[in-house]
Amino acid sequence: MSIEVSHLVKQYGKQQAVSDISFIAPKGIITGFLGPNGAGKSTTMKIATGYIPPTSGTVFVNGTDVAQYPLEVKRQVGYLPEHNPLYVDMFVFEYLQFIGHLYQWKGEVLTKRIAEMIEVCGLTLEQNKKIGALSKGYRQRVGLAQALLPNPSVLILDEPTTGLDPNQIVEIRQLIASIAENKTVILSTHIMQEVQALCQQVVIINRGTIVANDTVSALKQGKLNNRILRIQLVSEVSSDVWLQLPFVSQVQSFAFAVYELTIQADTDVRSEVFQFCAQHQWTILEMKEEERSLETIFRELTQQGIR
Amino acid sequence: MWAIFRKETTTLLNSLVAYLAIIVFLTFIGVFLWVIPSTSIESYGYADLDTLFYLAPLAFMLLIPAITMRLFAEEKKDGTIELLLTKPISDWDIILGKFFASGAIVVVAVIPTLIYYGSVYYLGKPVGNIDSAAVFSSYVGLLLMGLVFVSIGLFASVMSLNQVVSFILALSISYVWYKGLNDLSAVSSWTSQAFLLQYISLDYHYIALSKGVVDFRNVFYFLTVIGLMLGLTKLKLGSRHW
Repeated sequence: MSIEVSHLVKQYGKQQAVSDISFIAPKGIITGFLGPNGAGKSTTMKIATGYIPPTSGTVFVNGTDVAQYPLEVKRQVGYLPEHNPLYVDMFVFEYLQFIGHLYQWKGEVLTKRIAEMIEVCGLTLEQNKKIGALSKGYRQRVGLAQALLPNPSVLILDEPTTGLDPNQIVEIRQLIASIAENKTVILSTHIMQEVQALCQQVVIINRGTIVANDTVSALKQGKLNNRILRIQLVSEVSSDVWLQLPFVSQVQSFAFAVYELTIQADTDVRSEVFQFCAQHQWTILEMKEEERSLETIFRELTQQGIR
Repeated sequence: MWAIFRKETTTLLNSLVAYLAIIVFLTFIGVFLWVIPSTSIESYGYADLDTLFYLAPLAFMLLIPAITMRLFAEEKKDGTIELLLTKPISDWDIILGKFFASGAIVVVAVIPTLIYYGSVYYLGKPVGNIDSAAVFSSYVGLLLMGLVFVSIGLFASVMSLNQVVSFILALSISYVWYKGLNDLSAVSSWTSQAFLLQYISLDYHYIALSKGVVDFRNVFYFLTVIGLMLGLTKLKLGSRHW
């Protein structure tokens, strides 16, 4: 019970949106699908939901090939497309009923399920309104309710929190986390905190290729022997002097007398740096080892392509 | 398919467009049939409904594209088509659901004109002096014609994101197929193909049906045209797989 993407390629004319990516999103955890805009996230998700076919390669949902048995796969997948398209002329209840009918749900069972989803997604007060009259946050809930309605074993959410205010983002995240048990969830985003807050596994994609595929904690630890030390002095010194230290591989200066040293060593080198400054009679105002956030990792992994 | 049918009928009935189209249709036909001297039954003096069956396709040609133009264009523009196409339903479910929903509106628009039949029936001297067989077969023709226009409108809608473009496209195809081919057959250099041009035009088969005999060949022709347009719609909708 999972999503398995195998050697997926999607070509739009001459442009390759996705080039030969493979990864597995296992059951029971939330997989973050991360990448800058235009990296191929949505394309991959559209292929996984059977909306567009791959140029080559396959996506297996619960072991079934999407391209070969689209209807079978669609029955097991809840999908929230990017931009959350909705029928704005319909009432919330009416809309969810329509979605239920598309999955062959009927009568009492459907009505009960809709009531449950309205409750879970916090739409109780809005259920008798037209979708067009709802605020963006509530529309997003309707989109989620729609994806969850048929109780799918696989959930594919394309940027579920874009355009929401901070409170709404937290609420939607809690909602996703609470329903993720026993389901396979893939969630695309370009917000790092989202991955840190929600996901156990993360796949980072850039320009159509996978640049990282690991658990969130492993990714954060992965490159620890390549740390950044941030030092602020009272007065400016020549950047090159820092390179006399054997463990400093790179120096960058962003502001007046502020230096970022890229350290290549497994041990804590702060005392050596302090001694070094003392020798030169430099006064240190601040020295801090920068914590590597997913954000920096993301930037490092995805920026080569852009520049 | 029924889920789509239900949704589309509700949407149509919740929007002003369907009511407006039906009201305009009935008013238009009613005025020409009973009020305007040059076409009205009273001044004409014969107990038939030729005016109705001459004008109704023209009204359909204008009004049906107005109903069908949004069917796919809107879904494509709003992105809801992605929602539909990732649900466990086939392309045909979507196309036929939309086709029958709009077709139902056409039927609803036609039903009240039966009152005109009743009126002429009782106005006749002696009462009932009307060619009922011709009226019946004309109704069959009119409904088939309406469904053809719906299928053309559906095809025009799937071709564009823009509803106005869909409307104009549907109107153009409908006109050319209905009357235009007939007009072209009059062009002198095409005399050798004149009969063929007339034969493939909608008008030819519509007139044939209005004569009082429901000829299978004419019905088959209309159904073929509908099938063709729906097939092209399916082709375009499925072209995302290419």
